Amino acid sequence: MDNLELPKETYKSIYKTMLRIRMVEEKIAELYPEQEMRCPVHLCIGQEAVAAGVCANLSRNDYVMSGHRSHGHYLAKGGDLKAMMAELYGKATGCCQGKGGSMHLVDLSAGFLGATPIVASTIPIAVGVAFGSMMRGQQRVTVIFFGDAAVEEGVFHESINFAVLKRLPVIFVCENNLYSVYSPLSVRQPEGREIVELAKGHGVESYQGDGNDVTQVYKMAEKAIRRARQGGGPTFLEFKTYRWREHCGPYYDNDLGYRTESEFQEWKQRCPIENLKKNLLRDDILCNQDIEDMASELEAEIEDAIIFAKESPFPEEQHLLEHIYAP
Amino acid sequence: MLRKPQEESQIMSRELKYFQAINEAIDLCMTKDATVYIMGLGVPDPKGIFGSTLGLQQKYGSARVMDMPASENAMTGVAIGSALAGMRPIITHQRVDFALLAVEQIVNQAANWHYMFGGQMRIPLVLRMIIGRGWGQGPQHSQNLQAWFAHVPGLKVVMPTTPYDAKGLLVSSIEDNNPVIFIEHRWLYNTIGHVPEEVYRVPLGKARVTRDGNDVTIAATSYMVLEALRAAEMLATDGISAEVIDIRTLRPLDESLILESVGKTGRLIVADTGWKTGGFSAEIVTLVAEEAFSDLKNCPMRVTLPDCPTPTTPALANHYYPRAVHIVATARKMMGLSVDKIVSDMATSVPLDVPDLSFTGPF
Repeated sequence: MDNLELPKETYKSIYKTMLRIRMVEEKIAELYPEQEMRCPVHLCIGQEAVAAGVCANLSRNDYVMSGHRSHGHYLAKGGDLKAMMAELYGKATGCCQGKGGSMHLVDLSAGFLGATPIVASTIPIAVGVAFGSMMRGQQRVTVIFFGDAAVEEGVFHESINFAVLKRLPVIFVCENNLYSVYSPLSVRQPEGREIVELAKGHGVESYQGDGNDVTQVYKMAEKAIRRARQGGGPTFLEFKTYRWREHCGPYYDNDLGYRTESEFQEWKQRCPIENLKKNLLRDDILCNQDIEDMASELEAEIEDAIIFAKESPFPEEQHLLEHIYAP
Repeated sequence: MLRKPQEESQIMSRELKYFQAINEAIDLCMTKDATVYIMGLGVPDPKGIFGSTLGLQQKYGSARVMDMPASENAMTGVAIGSALAGMRPIITHQRVDFALLAVEQIVNQAANWHYMFGGQMRIPLVLRMIIGRGWGQGPQHSQNLQAWFAHVPGLKVVMPTTPYDAKGLLVSSIEDNNPVIFIEHRWLYNTIGHVPEEVYRVPLGKARVTRDGNDVTIAATSYMVLEALRAAEMLATDGISAEVIDIRTLRPLDESLILESVGKTGRLIVADTGWKTGGFSAEIVTLVAEEAFSDLKNCPMRVTLPDCPTPTTPALANHYYPRAVHIVATARKMMGLSVDKIVSDMATSVPLDVPDLSFTGPF
C-alpha cells in the first residue's frame, strides 16, 4: 500500500519507532560478538512494522505480552531502552535485575507485562490478563504477540476458545514469518490452509494482512482494538512478514540452506522501514534532513543505553536466593 | 521443645468433615476478599467436587464460581494472567492426574515469574488437586506426584491431613502471594474433626507433632498420617513409643521440627503416599542423613508405594497400598523385634479399597 492514509504525525511517530527498533537490534548484532551479552537473542529485524503499527494504537494503560522475539514489542510499547540493554548485559539495573535476559523482558510502567520464550505459553496468560481486567472492571485492551508456530500448540486453541467464550478484550497478533527456527511452514502445517482460517474456526473475528506494510497493520489493529474497547470481544490478526537474521543470534544464516538467498532478497526489497521512508519523502512528510536528525538522535540514545548497560554493576551473590517467593 | 498445637487444647465443640472444612475456607475467603474466585471442571455442578464447592455459586454467582472449558493448561495461564491483573484465583482439579495437562504453565510460568522478573510480579494462585485411591481408580486417577511439585523452586506444596488443617492451610494458601499446590486426599474427605467457625490460619511451612513419642519418629504425609497414628497405637501395645509428625507443607519444609524429633528418638520412618524412587520420602531421609547423622541409632526407613503403576483390581491394589501394619513391621525391625506375627496379620478379610464402609464408589 503506497498511499499514506494516516495522519502525518502518526507516520512520523511510527517511522521513528520502527527505526529505533531496527537501530537497537543492529547495535545488538554489532556488539554481540564481544560476548558481553551472555544470553540468547532473537532479533526481529525485518518484522518491525507489526510491533510499531499495532502498538501505535495502544495507550500506556493497555497491556502487551510477547514471546521469545520480543525486543520490538517491548520498545514499541514504550519499554525503557536502558533497562532492556542492561538486562541483556545481565546487570542489576536491568528490567529483571539480570534474572531474565533478552527472553524475559518486562516494563510494568509501560504496560509491557512480560515476555517468555516457551512457544504459545504467554497466550493464555495474556487472555487471563484480559479476563482479570474485565473482572476488575478496567477498560484495558491486551495484545498478545506470537509467531506462526504458536498456532500449532494446543494451548493457543484452548486460549482463543476461552477468549471467544468470554468476549475478552484481547487481540491475538500472529507474526507469520514462515519459519520456526529452521523448519518451514510446509513441514508443520497443511499446505493451502491459511493460519487465519484456523482462527476463524474458533468463531473469532480474523483477518490477514501484509506485515511489512505498516499502514495496513495500523488500520487492522485500530479496528480490532476499537472493537475490543467497545466490548466486541477478541480479534485475531495474522501478519505475514520475514525475519532477516538467524532464529537466535546476531548473524545472517542464508548459507545454511534451509531457506534461499533469493527468498531473503525478495523480502528485503519489502523492507518495512525503507518502503515507508520512500513514501514519507515522496509525500514531503519528512525530508532527508529530518531522517538524518532522527537517526542521529536515536544513535545517541542507543549509545547512552549501551554505556549505561556496560557500566552498570552486576547483581551481587546475595541476590541469588532473593525473590524465590513473593512476600 | 515440641510444639503443643493450640487447636488440641480448644474445646472440640464444632465438628466438620474434611470437604466441609475446605468449602468453608473458600467461602470465608470469598466473603472477605472480592478478588478471590474459583474455577475448575465441575466446580458448580450438582456434586460440587465431592461437596467441597457445593453452594458457592449460589452464594457468589457464576462470575466468581465458574465451570471452565476442558483446557487445563490454558486455564492455568488464564488464572496466572488474572492474578497479574489483581485477582486471587483458585483452580480445582478432581484428580492430581488431570492437573498434569497444566504442568507447563505451573512449572515454566507460575513458579518462575516472581524470580525471573526480578521480584516485580507475583502470582497468588491456589491449585487444588485431589489424590484418588482405591475403588479401582487405577493408574490415571490416583497418582501421588507431590515430589514433582515440591522439586520446583517458587512453588509451595501443601498436603493437609485433618479438617482443621484443611481449612487453616487453605486460608493461608489463598492469602499467600505465591502459587500453592494444595493436594487433598480423597480418602480424607469424610474424616471428621474439630473446625472452628471463624477465619483462622495454619501457617505454611510448619509441620506438626500429632503424637508424642520417644523411640521412633514417623514422619508422614497426608493420608499416611492416619496410618502412622494407627501404627503408633499398635506399637504402643508392644511398648514402643512412636512420635508421629504430620509434614503438612512439603515445600517449604519444616526441617527443624523433623530434626528436633529425630534428635530425641534417634530413629526415622518416613511414610509417604507416593512412590519410593525419587519420592518425597527420600528428601526427608536425606535431610536427616545430612543434618543429623550422628543422632541416628538405625538406618532411616521408608514406607511408600512400590515402584509400579497403580493396579485397578482390588486383588492387586491390596498388595499395592502400604498400611499401618507395614509401618509397624518397619518399626519393629528397627527396634530389633520379630516381625513374623505382623506379617501374618497383613492378610485380612476387611476390604482395603475403601477408606471406610460408608464409601461405595464410584469416584
